[in-house]
Amino acid sequence: MSTMATKATEPTKSAVTRNIPLPIYLDYQATTPTDPRVFGAMLPYFTTKFGNPHSRSHSFGWESEEAVETARGQVAALIGASDKEIIFTSGATESNNLAIKGVGRFYKDRRNEIVTVVTEHKCVLDACRHLEQEEGFKVTYLAVQKNGLIDLNHLREAVTDKTALVSVMAVNNEIGVIQPLKEIAAIAHEKGAFFHTDAAQAAGKIPLDVEAMGIDLMSISGHKIYGPKGIGALYVRRKPRVRLHALIHGGGQERGMRSGTVPTPLVVGLGKACEIAKNEMGTDNERIRALSDRLYNGITKQLKDIVLNGDRDHRFPGNLNLSFSYVEGESLMMGIRDIAVSSGSACTSASLEPSYVLRALGVEEEMAHTSIRFGIGRMTTEAEIDYAIETVVKHVKKLREMSPLWEMVQEGIDLKSIQWSEH
Amino acid sequence: MDSRWTYLDYNATAPVRPEVVARVAEAMTIGGNPSSVHRFGRLACAFVDRARDAVGGLVGAEAEQVLFTSGATEANTLGLRSLARHAAPGGRACAASRILISAIEHDSVLGAAHTLDLPVETVPVTAGGVLDLGALDKMLGAGGTPVVALMLANNETGVLQPVAEVATRVHAVGGTLHCDAVQAAGRVPLDLDALGADTLVVSSHKLGGPMGAGALIVRNLTLVSPMLVGGGQERGLRAGTENVAGLAGFGLAAELALSDVANSNKIKALRDDLENRLHVIAPAAQVFGADAERIPNTTCLALAGLDNETQVIALDLAGVAVSAGAACSSGKVAAPRVLRAMGAPEALAKAAIRVSLGWASTAADIDRFCAAWSEFVARHAARAVAPNPYSRAAGAQ
Repeated sequence: MSTMATKATEPTKSAVTRNIPLPIYLDYQATTPTDPRVFGAMLPYFTTKFGNPHSRSHSFGWESEEAVETARGQVAALIGASDKEIIFTSGATESNNLAIKGVGRFYKDRRNEIVTVVTEHKCVLDACRHLEQEEGFKVTYLAVQKNGLIDLNHLREAVTDKTALVSVMAVNNEIGVIQPLKEIAAIAHEKGAFFHTDAAQAAGKIPLDVEAMGIDLMSISGHKIYGPKGIGALYVRRKPRVRLHALIHGGGQERGMRSGTVPTPLVVGLGKACEIAKNEMGTDNERIRALSDRLYNGITKQLKDIVLNGDRDHRFPGNLNLSFSYVEGESLMMGIRDIAVSSGSACTSASLEPSYVLRALGVEEEMAHTSIRFGIGRMTTEAEIDYAIETVVKHVKKLREMSPLWEMVQEGIDLKSIQWSEH
Repeated sequence: MDSRWTYLDYNATAPVRPEVVARVAEAMTIGGNPSSVHRFGRLACAFVDRARDAVGGLVGAEAEQVLFTSGATEANTLGLRSLARHAAPGGRACAASRILISAIEHDSVLGAAHTLDLPVETVPVTAGGVLDLGALDKMLGAGGTPVVALMLANNETGVLQPVAEVATRVHAVGGTLHCDAVQAAGRVPLDLDALGADTLVVSSHKLGGPMGAGALIVRNLTLVSPMLVGGGQERGLRAGTENVAGLAGFGLAAELALSDVANSNKIKALRDDLENRLHVIAPAAQVFGADAERIPNTTCLALAGLDNETQVIALDLAGVAVSAGAACSSGKVAAPRVLRAMGAPEALAKAAIRVSLGWASTAADIDRFCAAWSEFVARHAARAVAPNPYSRAAGAQ
């Protein structure tokens, strides 16, 4: 064991010789680094062009307003919307709250049902739960299949002519699976319901077109696409018009749907991030897919009993959620602490409860506990992936060597057949 | 700031302080989601914690009492609806039955008040722009459990409001008080306990911090009924990934603004100089709320017969940025609601412009404003008040 301990310090050394700054960031679903080009675009709006975009009495205001409108166009262009359909918010959590509560409340008299999915982001689930518990809505939480995708037949059964809104996320934050948006929209529309998608993890990562896909509302986050935190957008369709009740009232900004001073530098940053994403999505994704394959192959070639959570094909490659059998999750996280990854959604990772998303896929508790989400993005390098492979493989092997379960499995014992005595 | 410009519209927004820009840049470079447990997350979290201390310090509150929001509008909405829905402090479990708002509140308070399914009544102000305490007493005496909204300093006139007195009276009848302190923060000393308000609102970008950050300061967190849910941030009372860089900048701006408060005589001297010169340029010029206690940076002035829209355009052409009413979405320049509430004649209210100073203002800015305004007055007032056909004919030749 003493040789083990010595070896454990080695990765740092090898990283230094490879000239990789540690820790390595592989948590692109929690947040992405701000692209320097984005911050560059924002900077003048802090220093010289600092006007309030709603000031009508001087050039500082006009200049700022113009920048806001340019950014609106950049966001719209990314998803095939028109400028007037983009509402700026403080982030995807607000966008999701606004879409669900706002639309729900507006149409409540005629339609008081909402259909969503158990693997949605917490803010979608909590907004739905609020409407259900406090405001008399009926909410259906659809289950998912083992691969994380919804069953369209179940959706068809759940949507009725009382359904106001169907809310299904585009790309899952924990496992990266892509739901069939176009098909979902068609089913919602058959019954006259609107379709909202939380695209915080999808916008700028996979091609999205609100027209072609029939999306009525879409939530976008700045900091998941190399833009700043504190800014997001909600796409709200104008034809046919989707109406909603505002959450935040006051000056009447954002066509009355969201009051408050529009934060020019943040909006400029979001716009720039969308523009870059639109132009570079193809090349970014090619790189990301290659790095993702390299990581997956690198690990699975050297280790067996690794499970990829979520559908293999319908996924964003920048998300690789793996479960490592016969390894204690906490110990693995400690072992690979030079690699910043997540063992669940960032919002809940401080808790030790197994991820509700993985549980919804039917992943057993032990396997959910040993799952790690590797997030790969625009700034990830091949050297970082190689370092991650080396470190993960080494620590999983080490932990398995110490595991009596692993030993039994190697000896051919079926663990499920064992009658564990209770002490 | 661009020296070709004189910016005197700090009540709309302030230029971001250079130290703040550096802090924002630093936080942006570090990245990380504060909810993540790894090092990037912890670094991000440290920025947010430090900012929370600083914002608490600005208003004499504990860090734990500070809830970060996307800005003052959200904080006003969150504060008012929380007070309207929840029990009065001191364990009296009765939801509010009526909302009383002063006649000079910001649009965000007005907007929020009218969405709470409770009757909304307006408390008048005096001609000097101060809340009419006598009228308030009568309204409080009518019974019910009120939520009262009273701003600390008005955005148009800068007039300070008797928040502490009102807090005592409101609490005496079992009500609660919401106080929008956006324009007072960083300009006068603030102390949450001394003010006695149950909820207090501060905005980053009025302090020289970045836009997109604000805070609701709450005396008793159990009063808060969350509006944005899911994710558990801000003790579960305001969900959403924290605007780390924005909050880092907000925190530093709060620290710097706090030291500005100590030196507020400097700004006050500039403002007083401005007002003295206005009266020399146009003895008939009026300053709204001049007799009341005001924050030291604001002058709301009017000269009857001068249209405010024409004034701001002329001043803009001369490189001086001031305002003719609050910056909001409407785009229309109406006689400000605040001045009408003070009983100002329509003609005078329509002539009003607001000059507001801040951390980067200098004596040269005052000179430049006075020169530009003086020229405007000479051109327009002379024509309007004393037409002289001879001099005009002479000019034409």
